Amino acid sequence: MANTADNPIKEALASLARLTYLFWEAMGSIIAKRFRMRDLVEQIHFIGVKSQSVVLLTGAFTGMVMCAQFYIQFHKVKMDSAVMSVVSVAMCRELGAVLTALMVSGRVGAAMAAQLGTMKVTEQIDALRTLATHPTDYLVAPRLLATLIALPLLTAEAIALGMVSGMIVAVYLLGLDPVFLWTNMVFYTWSEDVLMGLIKALIFAGIIATVSCYKGMNCGQGAEGVGRATTQAVVTSSIIILISNFFVTLILNKILIYSD
Amino acid sequence: MIEVSQLRKSYGTQEVLAGVNLSIDRGESAVIIGGSGCGKSVLLRHIIGLIQPDSGDVKINGESIVELNERQLIKVRRKFGMLFQGAALFDSLTVEENVGFLLDREQTLSRAEIKKTVAEALELVDLAGTQDKKPAELSGGMRKRVGLARAIVYKPEIIVYDEPTTGLDPVVSDSIDQLVIKMRDQLNCTSIVVTHDTRSMRRVGNHVMMLHHGVIHANGKPDEIFNSTDPIVHKFVNGIADPKDLEF
Repeated sequence: MANTADNPIKEALASLARLTYLFWEAMGSIIAKRFRMRDLVEQIHFIGVKSQSVVLLTGAFTGMVMCAQFYIQFHKVKMDSAVMSVVSVAMCRELGAVLTALMVSGRVGAAMAAQLGTMKVTEQIDALRTLATHPTDYLVAPRLLATLIALPLLTAEAIALGMVSGMIVAVYLLGLDPVFLWTNMVFYTWSEDVLMGLIKALIFAGIIATVSCYKGMNCGQGAEGVGRATTQAVVTSSIIILISNFFVTLILNKILIYSD
Repeated sequence: MIEVSQLRKSYGTQEVLAGVNLSIDRGESAVIIGGSGCGKSVLLRHIIGLIQPDSGDVKINGESIVELNERQLIKVRRKFGMLFQGAALFDSLTVEENVGFLLDREQTLSRAEIKKTVAEALELVDLAGTQDKKPAELSGGMRKRVGLARAIVYKPEIIVYDEPTTGLDPVVSDSIDQLVIKMRDQLNCTSIVVTHDTRSMRRVGNHVMMLHHGVIHANGKPDEIFNSTDPIVHKFVNGIADPKDLEF
């Protein structure tokens, strides 16, 4: 461990290995049901219910902005009625999942890292271990499972709200025909597009919960350590989300869209 | 019962434990003393398996724990109760939830039985009626008492105390010492106390070990340690600073 600190590449690879180990260990805890249902419900409430306003605003305004932007370009080639189909596909396949994940990473990931970091520096994690409790079972498993449940639901909400708000802008602000918009939107939005967004949300949920818990549980000493862990949790999970999104898109395009 | 042999641990270039050997028998009240930062808490954390040594061995009831993984250590740690220096109470839980934490996790007792056992443990540390308070509402001494109640509620074989009186006024320190003695006598368990408080050492210990420069420098009964002619032990127990340390 000590010799990896001198080499940033080795340290990054070692961190990746530890992250992966933490993820599989937490998945093992979830499968073996070594977490308390009460903790899971509390986490779902914190991640799912308390993120509503952030996610709904993100979804709504993204849909509205996209609609206004696409309209300008589509209007030039007389394809006004295709605006909502593009908004819908973009929301389903990319923006719903990515923007929701980034927002949740900022709100929930930071809170997870700060809470676990504080527990680490005040010896509460060591206390858990002396009380014959594995920290992964008690702290990581419920957070990971709750994020895996809540994030796809939040993403679905953001997608739906993006479509509705885009439609409102298109019909009431831009004066487009709702029947053509709706028909094109339904025709060009496939179930595979929605599925792609939800699969991405599931992957991003795993990234947010694992990275945030890892950063919190491995934070440095004192308030400075907790602060740094919180920042790193948000920055690292956001970067991993954005990079992995590209590769996940390539893979899912291959599996879902071009499988015929 | 507890055997530590040739235990070594370094952090970077600093060797904190340089081959510690010690043995603690069942029912003993062992006190590990030493100056601030000499590695007492690090040694204690090795004994309970919270830290892996660089080399050496720790045996609990004849079973080596240094090669065990975290899940295997859970069974070993069930034999221990630990009072942390800052109590380390879970701040999101109430006093009752903190004290009954392990009983609730194990689910071998009904909720009513857990409540009753927790109430008894809190009574033992003179904190009856504080069940619904959060740790933030308690004073430092009360937090330590709750930490102690949490450590003893499931009747462990070994109770370890990490600096139980540090940061407390003399009266509260004395009450904590009395509690340590009460636990030892009533629960008939093995105690390991890490402290640099020599008054506390004399009151609670029947076997004292002094850690100095990463090894056990002195080992004996409290009176033997107090009457030691070894200059390092003499300076420590009488609180005499080295003149060269006073050159500012």
